[in-house]
Parts: sequence; C-alpha cells; structure tokens
Amino acid sequence: MKGARRTLVALVGNPNSGKSSLFNQLTGLNQKIGNFPGVTVDKKTGVCTLTNGERIDVLDLPGTYSVYPKSKDETVVTDILLNTSDPLFPDVVVVVVDTSNIKRNLLLFTQIKDLGIPVILALNMVDMADRIGKGYDLELLEKELETPVVNINARNGVGIDRLKKVLEQGAPKQGKAFFDVTELASDQIKEHLGANNAQTPYKALHSLVNDGSIMDTNAIQAKDTTVRYGKINKLVGKAEQKKTAIGLKLYTDKIDKILTHKIWGYLIFTAILFIIFQAIFAWASWPMDLIDNVFSEFSFWLSKTLPAGILTDLLAKGLVPGVGGVLIFIPQIAILFAFIAILEETGYMARVVFLMDKIMRRFGLNGKSVVPLISGVACAIPAIMATRNIENWKERMITIFVTPLMSCSARLPVYTILIALVIPNERVWGVFHIQGLVLLGLYLLGFLAALFSAYVMKKIMKAGERSFLIMELPTYKMPRWRNVGLTIVEKVKTFSFEAGKIIVAVSIVLWVLASYGPGDAIKNAEQNVQKSLEGKKYTQEQFNNQLASYKLENSYAAKLGKSIEPVIKPLGFNWKVGIALITSFAAREVFVGTMATIYSIQSAEEDVTTLKNRMRSEVDPETGQPYFTLALGLSLMVFYVFAMQCMSTLAITYRETKGWKWPVLQLVYMSGLAYVLALVTYNIFV
Amino acid sequence: MNKAKTVGELKPGEKGTICCFKDDTLSLKLLDMGCLPGTTVEMKFSAPLGDPICIGVEGYSLLLRKAEANTISLV
Repeated sequence: MKGARRTLVALVGNPNSGKSSLFNQLTGLNQKIGNFPGVTVDKKTGVCTLTNGERIDVLDLPGTYSVYPKSKDETVVTDILLNTSDPLFPDVVVVVVDTSNIKRNLLLFTQIKDLGIPVILALNMVDMADRIGKGYDLELLEKELETPVVNINARNGVGIDRLKKVLEQGAPKQGKAFFDVTELASDQIKEHLGANNAQTPYKALHSLVNDGSIMDTNAIQAKDTTVRYGKINKLVGKAEQKKTAIGLKLYTDKIDKILTHKIWGYLIFTAILFIIFQAIFAWASWPMDLIDNVFSEFSFWLSKTLPAGILTDLLAKGLVPGVGGVLIFIPQIAILFAFIAILEETGYMARVVFLMDKIMRRFGLNGKSVVPLISGVACAIPAIMATRNIENWKERMITIFVTPLMSCSARLPVYTILIALVIPNERVWGVFHIQGLVLLGLYLLGFLAALFSAYVMKKIMKAGERSFLIMELPTYKMPRWRNVGLTIVEKVKTFSFEAGKIIVAVSIVLWVLASYGPGDAIKNAEQNVQKSLEGKKYTQEQFNNQLASYKLENSYAAKLGKSIEPVIKPLGFNWKVGIALITSFAAREVFVGTMATIYSIQSAEEDVTTLKNRMRSEVDPETGQPYFTLALGLSLMVFYVFAMQCMSTLAITYRETKGWKWPVLQLVYMSGLAYVLALVTYNIFV
Repeated sequence: MNKAKTVGELKPGEKGTICCFKDDTLSLKLLDMGCLPGTTVEMKFSAPLGDPICIGVEGYSLLLRKAEANTISLV
C-alpha cells in the first residue's frame, strides 16, 4: 500500500504567523488530534481536497522560530524535518510567513529550504503589512528565493485556491541553497557529503552538530543565524516597495497603554476573569441540568421498559449515568475554551503573561497559570486542559498539579449541606454571616494550599528546561470565529473520547460496588425490609427509600466503608461517612446523594432540609450525643477541600501528561493532605 | 563609567544598538528572534511590577524578562 500513500504537506511557521488559521482553512472539520510519539505535544492532522479533486494529508506542526530547537514543541518540528525516514516526513512543506514581520519569519524559511525539503512560501497577512506601509515585490522574492511564493489571507480565505493550485503541481523543484553553509565547517561538511551525496550542505551541518562531530555548536549556530539575517535584510531591502502607513501599529500601542496600565490593566484583567468565572458557573448550569435530567430520565425509562435483570441494571444504573457523567462537563469545557480561544486570538493572552509573570514566577508558576487556576474554581477539568499553552514543562506540570486544590463547583453542594448542619446560622458583629464566612474560608484554604504546594514543588522539582520568557507581543486582532469554533470542537472531542473512557469504566466499577454485596442480604432485600417494617404503616415511597438504604448498607461499598472505618475513625468518620467517601470518589457531589440514600431520603436536591434534619438527629451510640458535631463537620469539610475525589480530573491529568505518574502523585498527595489536615481539624475542635 | 549599558537599563522610549550578548544559551534564542548585533532596539514599556519588559525590534514587539534583557549589551 506504500504507493497509495497520500501526499503529505506539513505547515511550518512562527507562532502567530496564522499557521493554524491556514490549517483550518485547508481542512475544515476534517481534523484529527493525536500525539507525537513520546512527547506531550499535540499532533494535528487533517485532509484537504484540492481543486482537481485530489486529497492530500495536511500536518500542522507546532510553531517554531528556527530549526535549532529551544523548547519541546520546537524539537518535534526539527526531529521530523531532519529525519527523512520519519513516517511524518513531509513531501512538501508550506512555510507560513507573517508578512508584516517578514525578516524574522524568513529565517525559518531559508533554513528549511536549505535542508533540501521541497518548500512553498505562503505570505500571510499581506493586508496588515500594507497597513503599516510595507509592501513587497512577490515576483522578485520568487525569483531570488527560487521558490513558489503565494500571497494568502488565512483569515478570510483569499488566496487559498492559489495555494491549492500550487500544491496540485506536486513538490516544487528547489533551486540553489539560500546560504551555502559549507564555509562554516568546510572540511567536515565536504567529507560528510562525500559519504552521503544525496544531502545538502545544510543537512550535513545538522548531522554533524547532532552526532557531536562539531564541538562548538553554539558558535556555528550563532554564525549561521547571523549570516542568514544579513542576507535576508539585503533581500527584503531589495523587494521592499514603499507604501503609506495607515497606522495599525499605533492603535495596538494605544490599547496597550490601557490594558497593561498599572491600575486599569489589573482592573480589566480582574473583570475579564470575573466574566469567565461567572459564565462557567452560571451559563453552564442550565445545559448541565438539561444533560443531567435527560440522562436520569433515560436511565429511569430504561429500567422500566427493559426486562429486569443484571444487564438492564448495568445499562440503566452503570453505563448510562457513567456516560451522562462525562457529557455533563461539556458545557463548562465549551464555554471556557470559547473564552480562552478569544483571548488567544485577539492577542490578549500575551498581555496576561506580561501582567502576571512576576507574581506567578515566585510560586514556580507562569503568567499563563492564572487562567487555569481561576477556572479551577468552576471545574478543574477544562482548567487542566487550558494549561496546554504553557510552554515550560515544569511550570505546566506544577499548574496541572495544584489546580484541583482550587475549590470547584462540585464541592459547593458538599460544603453547603455540611455548613448548614454544623455551623450556626448567626451573624458576628452584626454584619458577617458565620455560615458565609466559613464558606469563604474553605475557598481561601484551597487557594492558599494551591499556592503553597506550587512553591514547594518549585523547590523540589528538577528544572527540566531552563525557564525563560522571550516571546512576541502580537498586535491586537479581531478573533476569527471559525477558529474559536474549531477550538471548542477539538477540546470537547478530546475530553469526551480520551478522558471519557476512564470515567465510564470507573463509574461501572463503583456501580457494581454499590449495588452488589456479599451473601444473600441484597437478594432477599425486599423480604428483609418488609419484615423490619411489619406492623408499621408505610407508603410505597417510604418502602422504596428503606429498600435503597438497606441495599446500600449491605453492599460491597458498605463492606469497604466498614473495613476502612479504623482508618477514618481518627478523623471522626463512621462507616456511613466511609460509604459516602468511597462512592464520591467518582465525583464529590455524589456525597450528598449517597448520604440521602443512607438516610432513606428520596431526592437529595429537593430535600436538603430533610436530609439535614435526619443527619442532625443521628445519635452516636457510644456517647448518646448527636453524631454530627462541629468537629466532625469541620473535619469533613477540610477533607473535601483537599481530597482528590474526582476521577474525571485524574483522567484528564492522565491525558494531559500522557502517563500515570502525575495523576497517581496527585491522588496520593491530595489524599494525604486531606487526611492529615482533617485529622488536625478534628482534634482541635473535638 | 565604561561599563556598557544593557537593554534592561533603557528607559521607556529610549533606543540603543545591540553590541553583544553575555549569555551564550540565551543569545541563540535572541538571535532567532531577530536581536542581532547592530540592530536597533527600543524600550517600549515595562509591566506594572517593573518586570517583564516590552521592547521593539525589527518592527515588532518582543516581551522578555528584565534578567534576560540585562544579558544584551548595547554599543
């Protein structure tokens, strides 16, 4: 089938050159996200249909400034382009160039051309260059570079057909090298070329640098880059056509005066964060309720319609709620990434880094860590996915690691019921509501723990790659809605398929634990409950509640709850709380539902007051006092602030770090922290 | 007196010409970004907390930390 392989075209270019827009223009929704083997860099491929009907594969390589890699993303590009036997080695490379910034962008182009790879130069953003008074003679560039040059506008699609036409003609012939590097290490290169005569001198130079034959690689690289820039300057000077500027740069400078202002800058950033937070919290709630209702109705309908049995139970109570538990996160993911895509598209994200870098660096974080951390207050899952744009590996790992410590919206129902249960509904000094203060305290506790943990990790983790911040501050642009839309689709797809698998699997395991038990207790549940209720008056509903409660108390989950009782006893928890800890491992909010089942209440949401009253009336058999004391309540609250009770977060950490090391560390660290701090809390207040 | 000024010491609006680099590894990244010896750079503005800073090079804005800017000596 080798002959049937489609032509592979790789898109290469600087960050902000419009490469991703071009990729979206060429492939539309025909995109696939995968991984480059062994690294945590996303591989985006797609299929493009040319005007003559031929279909070609398009590979979107990470943005890079030169073929001498300075980061993991850049290494991916260089590894592929230097290895002709790599399965991803392209037949043709399209180098996308930001024309308003042509000199810096051409450096990469000349390097790739000199490697001997067939290349097409796509001049993007010519309109922007026009507006700042820079125009270039394309014919002259084409002649001097001996390369097909196409003028495109990746934002509105103008010129895409021209590019497709050039691609139809197959790999363009390459003329002479832009810069003959033989002079940099002439003897060695000549010798190498004698042995491998198919290579270009530049390719030979890279082989020599990479196998260690050339010792002073820094000097060679510096010389290479300097000479190239010299030649590029000369060429661009020749091709330049003076035009009158309309002053686009100036308006970027004016906006920056406000957006990076020492007061306005932070106020506006806080306002933007507030809007994002509000949106994930409020706007996402109705589609989430809708998904929740549809799935619970569906599972109810299934269990009524299908013949009773294990398979129906598995479907209606294990699989369907499991899938629902995955889909329920989609509204939050979509909303957060809509905002993040807009911030990236407009160029504001670079200003966020600019404003926050100094503060965040103290804690081993990056300026870009702010958005994930704040989004973590709504939900850690989209927040962890949003760390993707932190280039530095160590800073990204720390951000992923500490984000789940921020109190997410799933903890709120747990906090609410516990606060209502043990904290008096009173005011201090006539103004502050104690219950409100405790809630605020729990959020603060999580936030401080995140910062503290980040600081500790900064001290103990190996640097990996050197942390530096040298990046372009792009001009402000209007967002391209198509790109925003495609980002949302991509993120939702990634989450549903990659993390979804694990989430569904764990939900099924937990369902088995909660619905089956040792011995005959569960099988004979109905008779046993009937027996216990004999002589009393009860409705069908009360009977069902008793039945559910009886089943749970005799399940494997209860068995586990009882067996962990010695471990959780020092925290003040009994086996009933133990069951809730186990079932809520899937998701924290399940705590309330489980408590409701244990206390035989039909629906937790409608009956929080009933649940509260039932929990309040529970008596400790040893002391005869109420079981839910202030100490126990606070201990449980502190436990839920820190505990990693969310398998979706673990699944997404696994997906984002491409391994089990980080999710396991996260689980161990957060559970340990939860245990120790709950223990301390219990002993202070008991 | 003879100590060469660095990019990190420029005041907003002030321009200078790059002479050389003090840090080998960083210099390669800076070269990639178009900061070559002989190039004119302009200090545009710094972040509210004084760090990082934004400089103008070859018609675009480059953001870098003060410590990194201090490795670029001026003529």
